[in-house]
Amino acid sequence: MTLKEIAEILEAEVIADSDELDVLIKNACSADMMSAVLYYHTPDSLLITGLTQPHVIRTAEIAGIKSIVFVLDKKPGVETIELAKLKKIPILCTRFCMYTASGKLYEAGLPGCLFK
Amino acid sequence: MDLNINEIIEGSFQIIGGNFANAGEASMQMKSKLMEIGVHEAIVRRAAIATFEAEMNVIIYAAAGRLHYYISPDKITIKIDDMGPGIENIELAMQEGYSTAPDWVREMGWGAGMGLPNMKKNSDEFKIDSVVGEGTTIQMIINFS
Repeated sequence: MTLKEIAEILEAEVIADSDELDVLIKNACSADMMSAVLYYHTPDSLLITGLTQPHVIRTAEIAGIKSIVFVLDKKPGVETIELAKLKKIPILCTRFCMYTASGKLYEAGLPGCLFK
Repeated sequence: MDLNINEIIEGSFQIIGGNFANAGEASMQMKSKLMEIGVHEAIVRRAAIATFEAEMNVIIYAAAGRLHYYISPDKITIKIDDMGPGIENIELAMQEGYSTAPDWVREMGWGAGMGLPNMKKNSDEFKIDSVVGEGTTIQMIINFS
């Protein structure tokens, strides 16, 4: 599923360059605990989270996560946005809660990360 | 694997406790260095995750710490020592889900009790020594093949 399709499903505001919306996302994980993300993620995945601090972007980069969805209409600060642009990690902001956002994407065919 | 490395490459970073603003910088620089010399992406990711977890532990629990890495043609060795409270029961701390992190750390997305298990999981060799009241030393080795 492309990031563009994900943005449409989540009715999300996109913070990214337009060419980054063609990125292919294979699976997703939903978490607020960054260690859980680092433990359970699989490469090329989407992170769905309610945390908007810059270290979430660093976690994504370390883990090889392709994009991040911020839920509940949470808007990241300038520092987070700048870091995300620098690291070429597109951000989506959706009004849906984590449960609903995850459910909508799962229903549309995006599987969860494989637990190891 | 043919790596672009003729001699040992070393790196060293000071980590300041509580400094979440720069959290992950040391790990990201080390990751870039491994990518630069051509280490396989999956191995780079393991090294970066293990180092990031160790870096976060220093930021969360200790006043300060140091991170050193040594890259040789066949492996990377990462050493982290901190001036922290030390770990009373290492066996317990190695269990997934066990954490002594305060609520404010959990609110920032850390302290799930996965840090030490994640370091061990991503390392080929993992050693931890800790003295209560003095600090903790961790050494991790990740082989390139």
